[in-house]
Amino acid sequence: MPSDTSEVFLKFNNVKKSYDQKSLVVKDFSLDVEKGEFITLLGPSGSGKSTVLMMLAGFEGVTGGDISIAGQSVTRTAPYKRNIGMVFQNYALFPHMTIAENLAYPLQVRKMPKADVKERVNEYLNLIEMGDFGGRYPGQLSGGQRQRVALARALIFEPTLILMDEPLGALDKKLREQMQYEITRLHQKLGFTVIYVTHDQTEALSMSSRIAVFNDGVVQQCAAPAELYERPANAFVADFIGENNFIPGKVVKIAQDQATVAVSGGATITAVASEGLREGGDCVISVRPEKLFIQPTSHAYDNEVKAEHVTHYYVGDFIRYYFKFANGTEINIKVLNDLAAPDFKEGDEGTLVWLTKDCIAFPT
Amino acid sequence: MKHLPAYFTFWHIFGHYALKWTAFTVLAFLMLPILIIVPLSFNAEPYFSFTEGMIALDPEAYSTRWYAAIFSDQKWLLSIRNSFLIGTMAATLSTILGTIAAVGLSSPVMPFKRLITALLLSPMIVPLIIVAAGMFFFYSRFNLVGSFTGLVIAHAALGMPFVIITVTATLSGFDRSLYNAGISMGASPLKVFWDVVIPLIRPGVISGGLFAFVTSFDEVVVVLFLAGPEQRTIPRQMFSGLREQINPTILAVATLLILISVSLLVALEILRRRSERLRGTAF
Repeated sequence: MPSDTSEVFLKFNNVKKSYDQKSLVVKDFSLDVEKGEFITLLGPSGSGKSTVLMMLAGFEGVTGGDISIAGQSVTRTAPYKRNIGMVFQNYALFPHMTIAENLAYPLQVRKMPKADVKERVNEYLNLIEMGDFGGRYPGQLSGGQRQRVALARALIFEPTLILMDEPLGALDKKLREQMQYEITRLHQKLGFTVIYVTHDQTEALSMSSRIAVFNDGVVQQCAAPAELYERPANAFVADFIGENNFIPGKVVKIAQDQATVAVSGGATITAVASEGLREGGDCVISVRPEKLFIQPTSHAYDNEVKAEHVTHYYVGDFIRYYFKFANGTEINIKVLNDLAAPDFKEGDEGTLVWLTKDCIAFPT
Repeated sequence: MKHLPAYFTFWHIFGHYALKWTAFTVLAFLMLPILIIVPLSFNAEPYFSFTEGMIALDPEAYSTRWYAAIFSDQKWLLSIRNSFLIGTMAATLSTILGTIAAVGLSSPVMPFKRLITALLLSPMIVPLIIVAAGMFFFYSRFNLVGSFTGLVIAHAALGMPFVIITVTATLSGFDRSLYNAGISMGASPLKVFWDVVIPLIRPGVISGGLFAFVTSFDEVVVVLFLAGPEQRTIPRQMFSGLREQINPTILAVATLLILISVSLLVALEILRRRSERLRGTAF
């Protein structure tokens, strides 16, 4: 987290973007990034996250506000003078150049002596473990290899800032996990700052130092992955990050950050009160599928609600149960696939239990 | 040959062969007038028809004298030189201008795209005689009528639409993130254009240039209006040859022109396949 003592490297100050001079695609985006941080901009498509990246790269103009790198405003700097490395979703390797020529391009642009270029290209080919591929063309490589080359090409001129625009979107699941590991490894080894755009939350959670969750041009929350997951600031974040159950109800009482909520159908639930919650107001309670337990259980609990079993699915490492509360709210529960996984038939009644600290009440 | 399906009735079979026959007839109708020129150009006699000896395949009835005649006639030599010179210069000019226009027109921020495209393509659509007449009156103001420069400019204008069309087509398959990638690596827009854009759209540029060359090479209407005796091109020379000195020399020239056209077409096809291969493996 940025604090007063640490040095701010990249600063977005009330950045706005409008394409038609009427509606804002990005509304007052502010963010301080420290050197070496891995920041992910996460959000559904059309939420403005890519636009922020394009403004930082200089491919889109800034409508209002300011972006500065190391204390210098860059909004009036041409994109090719910003010295920012960029990795594109479709790799954007030059198809008419070999891998070595692709890697050498940013160095040639900087007029590096030929011998040094050769040495640096070999160094980076080895870094991505593709030492023998220098003479090949991008068309002869697999998707994962192309993305590694694209990554090396963005890093080879040693920019202090690297932008990645959904770089793993075109890869299959296994390759994606490998590449996540690869990017994290290089990030730790070389210590550059990353601004990473994705709509894949697992990718964001596993790689980032901080995540900014975008919706509708506004950052809903910017926090470390664990905090984002455990303490979402609002219902959108709770819904967007991971899975969640939402139980509508009415706030009866708020005391010491704890809300007592009456759920139609007779149940009363205690939950952590989020900001803006009022006594007597409507709310939704979010509780994650893996924090719920089915009686009998050895887990401690504060809340206890009876529910009717609807169905369950066998997923493999866990089993997913669907229950219905008396008021019709559907609840899904993840239970580890071990010997304790209970056996239910449709229409059976079960009792769901969970801790107060595992559920949050958001105002609606 | 494929066997006809077993369920075919008499009328199916009749239709099948009737279609085939019609197709070949149309093809013959299109090609025969061109192909007939080739053997006739080797006629030993100064006639435009087959002699008895030719039909009997008598070697004596054939000769290359009309080909020799081309290369001994100053008028023909001048017109060949003019055609190649004007064609090359006009094609170069229209390739450069057409490529720049196509690049500009394919930019997402270009305003009035449709209107400008229509204007630039108009020399291809407006009847040639009108274009030629307009050029004659306009160029005479600048003393360009009867000049080499005037003819090159006129032919460049006629060839440019072809370049714009072919280059726009190749650019539509061009991935803009390649351009952005070049910029992000620190190359100026002009450098990225040279190093990345041009090599990738080169097949379109070259085939556009070839089209422009052919357009100039067989153009006669504008030449009739604008060219003086010093700027006679091959088509112009053939045109007067038809009226003034009727002999198979023009058939020999025509055969050479067919040869050039065929080689250009083959070159185009090779280029097209190469670009397809390059793209097929690249993306």
